[in-house]
Amino acid sequence: MADSSNAFATTGRSRRGEPFVWLTAAGLTIGVILTLGLLGLVVVKGLEVFWPDRLEVFEVDQDGATESVAGYLVQDRTRRDLDGATHEEIQVFRGNLELYGEKFLFLDKADIRDTSRPDDLLLVERMEGGHVIGTAARIEFGDGARVGAEDPEFGDRLEALIEENEERRKELKEIEKDQIGRNAKQVKELTLRRRLIEDGVESGSIEAIDAELQELQAEFARLDEERGEIRERLEADRFLVASADGRELGIAGGELLHVFEPNRAGFFARLGETLRRMWSFLSDDPREANTEGGVYPAIFGTVVMTLVMSIFVTPFGVIAAIYLREYAKQGPLVRAVRISVNNLAGVPSIVFGVFGLAFFIYFVGGVVDGWFFPNAEEPVYKSGGILWASLTLALLTVPVVIVATEEALAAVPRGVREAALACGASKWQAIQRVVLPASLPGILTGVILAMARGAGEVAPLMLVGVVKSAPDLPIDAAAPFIHPERQFMHLGFHIYDLGFQSPDSEAAKPMVFATTLLLIFIVVVMNLSAIIIRNRLRKKYATSSF
Amino acid sequence: MTRDDFIAVENFSFFYGEKQALHDIDMAIPERRVTALIGPSGCGKSTLLRNMNRMNDLIEGVRHRGDIRLNGHSLYDPKVEVISLRKRVGMVFQKYNPFAKTVYENVVFSLRVAGRNRKRELDEVVERSLRSAALWDEVKDRLHDSAFGLSGGQQQRLCIARAIANQPEILLMDEPCAALDPTATLKIESLIRELKEQFTIVIVTHNMEQATRCSDRTAFLYMGRLIEYGDTKQVFENPREEETEAYISGRFS
Ligand SMILES: Nc1ncnc2c1ncn2[C@@H]1O[C@H](COP(=O)(O)OP(=O)(O)O)[C@@H](O)[C@H]1O
Ligand SMILES: [Mg+2]
Repeated sequence: MADSSNAFATTGRSRRGEPFVWLTAAGLTIGVILTLGLLGLVVVKGLEVFWPDRLEVFEVDQDGATESVAGYLVQDRTRRDLDGATHEEIQVFRGNLELYGEKFLFLDKADIRDTSRPDDLLLVERMEGGHVIGTAARIEFGDGARVGAEDPEFGDRLEALIEENEERRKELKEIEKDQIGRNAKQVKELTLRRRLIEDGVESGSIEAIDAELQELQAEFARLDEERGEIRERLEADRFLVASADGRELGIAGGELLHVFEPNRAGFFARLGETLRRMWSFLSDDPREANTEGGVYPAIFGTVVMTLVMSIFVTPFGVIAAIYLREYAKQGPLVRAVRISVNNLAGVPSIVFGVFGLAFFIYFVGGVVDGWFFPNAEEPVYKSGGILWASLTLALLTVPVVIVATEEALAAVPRGVREAALACGASKWQAIQRVVLPASLPGILTGVILAMARGAGEVAPLMLVGVVKSAPDLPIDAAAPFIHPERQFMHLGFHIYDLGFQSPDSEAAKPMVFATTLLLIFIVVVMNLSAIIIRNRLRKKYATSSF
Repeated sequence: MTRDDFIAVENFSFFYGEKQALHDIDMAIPERRVTALIGPSGCGKSTLLRNMNRMNDLIEGVRHRGDIRLNGHSLYDPKVEVISLRKRVGMVFQKYNPFAKTVYENVVFSLRVAGRNRKRELDEVVERSLRSAALWDEVKDRLHDSAFGLSGGQQQRLCIARAIANQPEILLMDEPCAALDPTATLKIESLIRELKEQFTIVIVTHNMEQATRCSDRTAFLYMGRLIEYGDTKQVFENPREEETEAYISGRFS
């Protein structure tokens, strides 16, 4: 060491520094690996969900007899039982809930005699009861006609059956939701008016109302009948599937959603099926306690809530920041306010949920109901809804906007302000016409960061209006089109609900990954758009002065 | 008839908090002439200039003693509205600072904030101001492009056009050429010589040649005091004070 320090005086010191360099590098590496690992897992698992697996038939020894099990492989694992022996086993999804009572099954590899992949195995999606796996047997039509699987027309008939019933389901939905719903609403309103007239609060003719009510009742009877007919027709035809163990399972035509032959499909057919599944995931309503179907209402709820939140949070945060930075006399008070605002971002979000519940729902909602809906039977605004959720999140994210806006305002060069004032602008004119446009990129960054934060927040929402399943979207075709009081679904809550509240956690697992991937994707898209918009604006408003 | 004490600085002192930046300045600035303020960095040139449109009011903790009169009226009269004062006094800064707007909107800014929005009037003002700023021919096809697309010299002339758009009586310029190259500087200097036909110009400069080339009167400030004030020719060729002599011969900066 002595001679080396003679020759190169710095060697010793830099060598002593080296472990720390390695330490920091290791820290970074671990962080990056963890992040990438998490993302990779979510991406792989989330996309895997949509890829159609091949169906297999396993011949299994069971108490001497051989049983056939058809399904697809879910996992391959080694289990250690109590006396230390290990078993290689696989988990198979075999569906056909009515026949077996459970959709999943573990098979000991030692018991498997044979595996095969028959081409004619079908994977059938239906409304309720989960997937059906088996071979096509026949279609039994309501009028007694039968078409066997060996019939050359069978494929076309099956397709026609699916399409027909899709139409019928749409019709049914339209009758139930729109027409019967409207009818019920009118009846409710008229009944209320009738009562008010009877009590002498309002004036009007009871006879006229009774006549109208009678008409509505007649209309309801007609609609009800129509509904019954459609339901009957949905039940009329049956598609019969033969399971691997030779039993038959009937699926009502109205239940049929989609039939796919995974073993016959080539690469492109499987790709097409993947895209179809993705689309149905994005655009369908959830079914079966959210474990099947899509997440469309949750996407809708997340996006609408986030947008409404930003509509509230932007003006509020920007105005507060302008006051803090431009008008308030900088002193201990303003400093205290600023520190409080920054710390607000650190308050656990559930606290905001409690506040939202107490203040927005119970207090404000109660007042609104008292003023505008004194006769409503159930609370309208005095219960969780998308408006209150958005306001609660706006409160939660307002510090982000305030801080970003303050920074953006502070970054506007003094020269620009002075130039505006020297032109005879008042302080407010200078802010409005020159300072704000110049700080727009910074403000926008803040807003979209707030949006990203809001879109990923779950805990407070559970108290102020998110539900696991909402029958109606907060914006729809029913007057008055925007329903700020409605409860809504949300992707973040959906993940929680699927993962931890679902009655069938095994079936929900793929949905958890797919939904997680979607939520991450939405948040990333929002952040990316933040960066792109900001860079654009920065170019546009780049100031050439210091 | 032009007035010899169009801007009258009377026994004026100025303080940034405890720090006194100007000491009892007395000077009379003539109408429609160019008056140059010279002196080493930190001597108070900008401070004096920025008091002529009360730009220093924006800084916290400042106070003043004495008075500045504009055409006989005190700037510090409590009845004076700062905004209307600034409409009579245009200002051009050391670093060109156009707004993030089009060339057109930059020029008409002072009219817009005054609530004048008639298209015809604005069009006229834009052409007249840009012509006065010797910029019209260069930008007449780019009026609706961003001001940041112009070169540095053009941006500074745009700032001059913006400052004179609302026809002020006085034009204050704080080292308007400090950030420009020599060619752009020469353009601005000849512009200043033209503009004095219409405006009373006070210009702060670091550049002695610039002062000789374009000013009629020169004031030399040193450590917050007015050391010498007289015709430019006299101050440069025949300074009365030792410090002035030392400064203009470059013995200190
Ligand atoms: N905003 C300010 N706050 C405190 N002191 C200032 C401020 N602006 C200028 N000063 C001081 O006032 C003196 C004069 O400054 P200035 O007028 O800018 O000089 P010049 O323009 O001649 O270089 C300098 O000593 C400077 O440090
Ligand atoms: Mg200066």
